[in-house]
Amino acid sequence: MSTTNNIAQARKLVEQLRIEAGIERIKVKQPFSAVLANVSKAAADLMSYCEQHARSDPLLVGVPTSENPFKDKKPCIIL
Amino acid sequence: MRSPPTPEMATQEVPLNETLAHLKTESETLKSKLEEERAKLHDVELHQVAEKVEGLGQFVMKTRRTLKGHGNKVLCMDWCKDKRRIVSSSQDGKVIVWDAFTTNKEHAVTMPCTWVMACAYAPSGCAVACGGLDNKCSVYPLSLDKNENLAAKKKSVAMHTNYLSACSFTNSDMQILTSSGDGTCALWDVESGQLLQSFHGHAADVLCLDLAPSETGNTFVSGGCDKKANVWDMRSGQCIQSFETHESDINSVRYYPSGDAFASGSDDATCRLYDLRADREVAIYSKDSIIFGVSSVDFSLSGRLLFGGYNDYTINVWDVLKGTRVSILFGHENRVSTLRVSPDGTAFCTGSWDHTLRIWA
Repeated sequence: MSTTNNIAQARKLVEQLRIEAGIERIKVKQPFSAVLANVSKAAADLMSYCEQHARSDPLLVGVPTSENPFKDKKPCIIL
Repeated sequence: MRSPPTPEMATQEVPLNETLAHLKTESETLKSKLEEERAKLHDVELHQVAEKVEGLGQFVMKTRRTLKGHGNKVLCMDWCKDKRRIVSSSQDGKVIVWDAFTTNKEHAVTMPCTWVMACAYAPSGCAVACGGLDNKCSVYPLSLDKNENLAAKKKSVAMHTNYLSACSFTNSDMQILTSSGDGTCALWDVESGQLLQSFHGHAADVLCLDLAPSETGNTFVSGGCDKKANVWDMRSGQCIQSFETHESDINSVRYYPSGDAFASGSDDATCRLYDLRADREVAIYSKDSIIFGVSSVDFSLSGRLLFGGYNDYTINVWDVLKGTRVSILFGHENRVSTLRVSPDGTAFCTGSWDHTLRIWA
């Protein structure tokens, strides 16, 4: 690989890292996605989402056979 | 040999006649600064926070349907928004549309290439997109007339310089996002075939992508052979966040339903969860007994369960919050290559190198 290629690649990497390092990190939750939060806050949000939607998650709570189109109403008979 | 610049110096403008050595030192400094900043946010682990959450009970999930018809390895599948139709693609070059309730085949197209690695259903349910070794992504409108030759209406949309690894329609039938072995992702206008935006940043083949849930805005995540998962802004083409903790190729990425996190599955036999606001990996789903790569991952509707299809023919079901495995499912007779939960969360479908697809519930 030529030196010019190496420099071009390294330049790209530095540009990218500058962008990432520039993302503001604060502890308060805000709607804009570029603002960051610490893990305890982020984890709490993930947990609360799970909790809020748990009851409407068919694979999690299980739905009765009559309501799940994939579960056959009659038992399968192997002929 | 000059001593490396101090962190304060790194924030000053680097002179235009920068050399490779200067750039290298600056990138190292920026990398450590990033690590420092990330570490400051790491005050606790996800599974510690989740200790107070109730554990999950026993899960009984079985194969409810087996879709047979492909002549070779199934490589990819996608659900239609109507929650019953499925499109699948195979190494044999065939793309099949199935009614998952009845297991009937509704459409079949033979592609001009083998290894159709990617397929996707259009949001309207009126078309499917697919591609693979032909380096293209083509869209086929689905006709109600079963006798109509679908191949005649084929529209070539995307052109890459290497294989197509994944494709997905955006919120409408009008745009498609693709990822390729050529190391890039791209956004295309379906009608004109025009390239709208390209995404450069991966250092090797990009293997997978997933669009953020529409409420979260215009971003998507991609995973590649460079072990990185990148989050991209669709409008600007910029990579806004990057995660590199996997030890091998990332085969699958999927957003958590809230859009605040995403999961990944890798050849390193682990699945991981990355939180976008904490800007770091927050969970790793692994066991010493699991040594085969993960090909495909997806969440249940609430995000509490993570399903992983593995190269050892099994499906492992993980408790996303606690980090433990809640179930292991057997049935396929070869690698599980693709896995998607249905749009209403009532079932999930897997495709395998054993030529079949299975619906589990």
